[in-house]
Order: sequence, then structure tokens, then C-alpha cells
Amino acid sequence: MENASPATADRTAGINGRRKLTRILYSQKIAPWLFVLPFLISFALFFAYPVISAVNMSFQQVLPGQVQYIGTDNYEKLWNPIFWKAIVNSSKYTFYTVLILIPLPLVLAVFLNSKTMVLKNFFRSTLFIPALTSVVVAGTVFRLAFGELEGSLMNTIVVSLGFDPQRWLRSEALGMFALVLLACWRWIGVNLLYFMAGLQNIPKELYESADIDGANTWNKFSRITLPLLKPISIYVFTISIYGGYSMFTESYMLWSGNRSPNDIGLTIVGYLYRNGLEQNNLGLGSAVGIVLLLITIAVTIVQLKLFGMFRKEE
Amino acid sequence: MKKQVLWILSLMVALVLVLAACSSDDKSKDSESASDSGGSSSGGTKLEMWTFNELHKTFYDEMAKRWNEANPGKEIQLSVSVFPYEDMHNKLLVALQSGTGAPDLADIELNKFPNFLKGDPQLLPLNDIVEPELNNLVKSRLDIYAKDGNYYGIDFHVGAAVIYYNKEILDKAGVNPDDIVTWADYEAAGRKVLDAAGVPMTTLETSDLWSLMPQVAQAPGKDDLQTADGQLNITSPVVSGPLKWQQNLIKSKIAILTPGGNHHAEEYYGMMNGGGAASVWMPMWYMGRFTDYMPDLKGKIVIKPMPVWKEGEPRSAGMGGTGTAVTKTSKNQEAAKAFLAYAKLSREGNIEIWKQLGFDPLRSDVWNAPELKESNKFTDYFGPDIFDVLTEVKGEIEGVVVNENTPAISDAFKTSVITRILLDNEDVDKVLSDAANQLK
Repeated sequence: MENASPATADRTAGINGRRKLTRILYSQKIAPWLFVLPFLISFALFFAYPVISAVNMSFQQVLPGQVQYIGTDNYEKLWNPIFWKAIVNSSKYTFYTVLILIPLPLVLAVFLNSKTMVLKNFFRSTLFIPALTSVVVAGTVFRLAFGELEGSLMNTIVVSLGFDPQRWLRSEALGMFALVLLACWRWIGVNLLYFMAGLQNIPKELYESADIDGANTWNKFSRITLPLLKPISIYVFTISIYGGYSMFTESYMLWSGNRSPNDIGLTIVGYLYRNGLEQNNLGLGSAVGIVLLLITIAVTIVQLKLFGMFRKEE
Repeated sequence: MKKQVLWILSLMVALVLVLAACSSDDKSKDSESASDSGGSSSGGTKLEMWTFNELHKTFYDEMAKRWNEANPGKEIQLSVSVFPYEDMHNKLLVALQSGTGAPDLADIELNKFPNFLKGDPQLLPLNDIVEPELNNLVKSRLDIYAKDGNYYGIDFHVGAAVIYYNKEILDKAGVNPDDIVTWADYEAAGRKVLDAAGVPMTTLETSDLWSLMPQVAQAPGKDDLQTADGQLNITSPVVSGPLKWQQNLIKSKIAILTPGGNHHAEEYYGMMNGGGAASVWMPMWYMGRFTDYMPDLKGKIVIKPMPVWKEGEPRSAGMGGTGTAVTKTSKNQEAAKAFLAYAKLSREGNIEIWKQLGFDPLRSDVWNAPELKESNKFTDYFGPDIFDVLTEVKGEIEGVVVNENTPAISDAFKTSVITRILLDNEDVDKVLSDAANQLK
């Protein structure tokens, strides 16, 4: 060893180093952590940290140079009819979108997956195109289509059907109808895609054996397709609930601003935006955000429980 | 073991670099825009500015060029970034709240300005550049950007509210706009227009305040939605009077609700352009909406002072605006202030504000300057005597009370109060007292 030249020592160190690296990359303990590290860092940076500071800020009055703790004042201020209206609006919107955006794309997916369907690719792409448009553009187009003048698209349609022209975006029920229609138009294609992916994972053999047993189409759909689509349905359900409660842009664009008559289009996030940024009260805005988080967590847990997600697989 | 740590560290560095890539992109973009704007030499004090309007940027770039020509040795290198309206205000709010990232100068719209005065304002008091010029300026337009005796923003324009009549429709009904002095006269003329021409006299906003505020602010005295000392004032006759009058106008069909809710909606532009209503009262800066969005009305619109509630009362009020402010975090505060004074307070700057932007400038001593008679797209559209109306009402331009409570109060009006009164036809006093309880 005494005679070994420095170069050899270097080389051995290099080999040792490379070996160590190989050992890390193949190590069952470290390698997994290494691979999820980018996710962990981005999660901590862009999710955990903001959530924690939002919780902190929701107990503060946040003004430049005057940040101070004010206890639960922000949460007490939320006990008002306008925030309640926002919660009701968001819940209604979520309810209707879930009601339409789960069964409809599911049935459409089954049709588009069937062998007997004509023009499959045409329908697949046309149903998906709305998802590629920007909400801003779509919202503006819908706003004009739902205009209150007699010449607007929707009024032309209802008048030709024999009804009176309507003030679409000034009435509570019709405003919600416009919002839900916009959401359905936009998201059917996306949910369709999820269900199609789910359908393609169902083994063909099941249908074949059902055919041999003499099952009709309805039985095949209800006994094979539906149960095997359950995991994907739960996923779509969950993101729909989250998407419904966090909706903001659609309403913002439909009423060209965060202000709808009598707040018929105000959502929870709209209320957060109004208070946190439009009225510069970031403390109150944070409190709204935390309440929204709690609502979505609660609804999702209930939903997952109903679907039996927490039960052990048998 | 060391190698292992090194490896993880280098991975993290790589990740940070990837994340930082976006921000470095922005910087390179900024320097690009700086080099092509202003056209000045590369030297000079660097000033960064944010605005929400492309036209404002053109104006500032031009003024920076002129400043550099006029002030050798004190050159500035102005880089103006244009962001969408909401984005810019939100970014600026967060930047000033956190103390990093704010520009040297920023345009802040009047509706948003009170947000920036909350707490310890992170804007620089501009008293040393404003006070020497105070005699030439419309003072009520500076008070709206003030807190505790400090002026924090400088506006482009007076925003004097005027009334735009569609002469073609009035002629059809045999109405002479010069005979309309009070709002009662206006209502009578409106009935004639409705009977003869079959169109409503005007449209009333429900989702914005441009129909209500001029009528409220033009009342004598300083009180409007709030009293001069900042007390909620929405149940007083100053507010309920105009609302009752408006409700009545809707009932008698002399006025209709503005299609789309406000006078900036596409639906409204289309309807008005097609001769759907005989008049509208809006600030002077609304001229630009006529020229750009209602081209068919060219030559048909006459601008007159607003009617009054009682003869002899003020005929106008200053509405809307954009206050340009210098931030406390700016490293070149003096240069920023000097440029701001040059661009928006000097005689030269005010003439350019009219020429380039078509705004009624803040300095009343330029209103009869010959440069304002030169023809441009506004004189082509409205005729050459636009400023005669303004000089006529010079002493009658009422101010508005704007303070930290303004955003909450105007939100209540824009979302519920006006809709309940004009659309749902509820009792005015009841709606106002409901809103007052809610706001307290």
C-alpha cells in the first residue's frame, strides 16, 4: 500500500465512489425516497407550506405593516347570509354537475365503446373539444348566448318554441342552469375519457361468458360494466366534488366579473376572492379557504364511505 | 456517506434550477421590453412600472422619451409592463404586503386604490410634487387618493360626468337637449321620446355604479354613500332620492335596465349603437367607448352637462380614475417622483393626456389651450367643442368620498342593492336599511 501512487489511489476512490452510487441506486431503502424526492419537495413547497400559512393567516388581520393575531374573529365574520349563499350556490352547483356529469358520460362511453356504434372517432373528438377551449372564451360566448336581449341565441330558441324571452343571467334558477350547462358542455368529454379508459380495462372474456350464459345487454351492463367501473367512478366522483366546490372562473366569466345580481352566481371561491383580494382582507380570505377545505374533505369522506372505499377488499 | 449527501444535494440544486427557470425567463423578457421602449440610451436610472392598460404604456413610453430629451444628465430608463386588470392589482397587493417584488411606479385603479391605503400604506406620499401645482389642479380628484393629509396617487383625468344624447332620436321626438335643465325635465323629455320614437330615454346600470354615483355625488355638500368624515350614509335622501327616481323611471318604461348589467357590456354597446336608447350619462372618458365600440353613432351624439336635481345645483361630478403611485420599496424614489410629476402634472403632460388618451386632463388651465382644439378621433366623432362643456361646468365638479370602506359598500350596491330596487322592484328605503345593517 505504501508504494501505491496517488493516481491509483484516486482510481480506487473513483471505483469505490461509483460502487457506492450503484449501491444507493439499488438500495431498497434509499432509492424509493430518492425517486419520490422531487414530488416531496414540490408538495412541501407548493402545498403543505401554503396550507399551513393559510391556517396561520386565518387567525390574523393581515395588513401591510400591521399583522396581528385577532383570535377567531375571521371565522365569526363568516357567519353571514352572503357566505351562506355562496355555500348554498356551490353545493347546488356541485350536486347538479355530479348528477349529470357521472351518468351521462358513463352511458356515452359505453355507446362509444360499442362495436355497433357508427362514427365513433368523430363523436369522441367532438365531445372532447370543449375541454380544450379556454374557460374565459367559453364563458364569454355563453354570456352572449344567454343575453337578455331578444336577439340572443337562447332567447331566439325559446321564443321560437313559443315561450317569452328570458333574462337568463338575472334569475336565480336560470343563472344556475346556465352555469351547469356550461360545466356539462365543458367536462363531458373529460369524464368520457376516464370512463372509456375504464371500459377498455374490462376483460372481454367476461362478456363472452355472459353471452354463453344467455345474458341480455342490460344484464351485461348492470352486472359486469357498472361494478367493474366502480374504481374509476369513485375517482371521477371525487374530482367532480372537488371541481364543483372550487368552481370560480366559470361564474366569473359568465357574469363578467365577480358580481352577479343578488349574488346568484357567487361561489365559495368567489367569496374568498372578493374578501381576500378585492377588499384586501387576506386573513378573512384564508378563513374562507380553510372552511372550503373542511367542506370538501367532509363531503369526500362521506362519499368514499358510502362507496365502501375504506372497507378492506374481500 | 459524504458522496451520498452530495448526490442528494446536487439533485436538489438541479430541481431548484428547473423551478427558477420560469422567473429568469421573465427577467429576460423585461430587459427586452426595456430596450425597445423609450428609445433612450442604455444609461440612466432604471425605473420599473406596472400598468393594466396598453394605452397607458404608450403614453408613459412617449413621456419617458420626452423627459430624457428635456433633462440631459437625469435620464431614466423606464420599462413599463402591462398586466391584465385584476392580475396587476392582485400581484401588486401581494408584492407590497410581502415587501418584495413591487415595481417603482404603478397605476392603481380608483376602485382598488382604497385597498392600498389600508394599514400602513406602502406607497410614498407625493405631497412635495402635488402641492406646488395644487392651484391648477382639480383638487377633489387628488383627495380621492389621499389618507391623513397625504396624497398617494395622481390621476390622469377629471372624469367629469356628462350626458351623451343621441341627437337623431331627440329630433324625432322634437326635444331640444338644451331645454333639459333638471332631472324632472329629463323625465318629461323621456316620456316624449318614448311616445314619439318608441325607444327608452336611457338605460340604468344594475351591476355597476356609473348610473347612480354621478346622481348621488352631484348633490350639494360632500356627502354621498358615506359622509365626508367617513360614516355610512346610504339611508339618507342623498342616496334614496336618486334610487326612487330611477325605480320610477323603470316602472314608467322611460328607462330600461342596461342589457348585460352595465355600460361596458358587449350587449349594451350593440344595443346603443343600433339606436336602442336616447341618452346615457357617463364620465368624459366614456368618449373612447363611443369611438371604439359604437361607430355608427358618429356625428349623432351631443355632449351636455348633466341635468340637476334643483336648478342652480352642481351639474357634474368626478368619476372613476387611475392613480399612479410610487412604492415605498422603490430604490429610486426621487427619480420616480420627478418623472411622475412630469408625465401627469406638467402642462405638457396634461396636453399629451388629451391628445393620446382622450381624457379630460387634471389641470384646468389647459382646457382652453389651443392644442385641445386640434382635430383627433374624438373631435371627428363629437365635434370640435368638446371642452366647452367642461369649461362650462368647471366650478361644479363634485368630488366623491373614497376610503377603506368603499370596496365593501360598492360591492353591496353592485351585487344586491340596485338589483333589488330596479329589477325586483322592492321598497327603496327597506332595501337600503337592510344593506346598512349588513354593512355595519
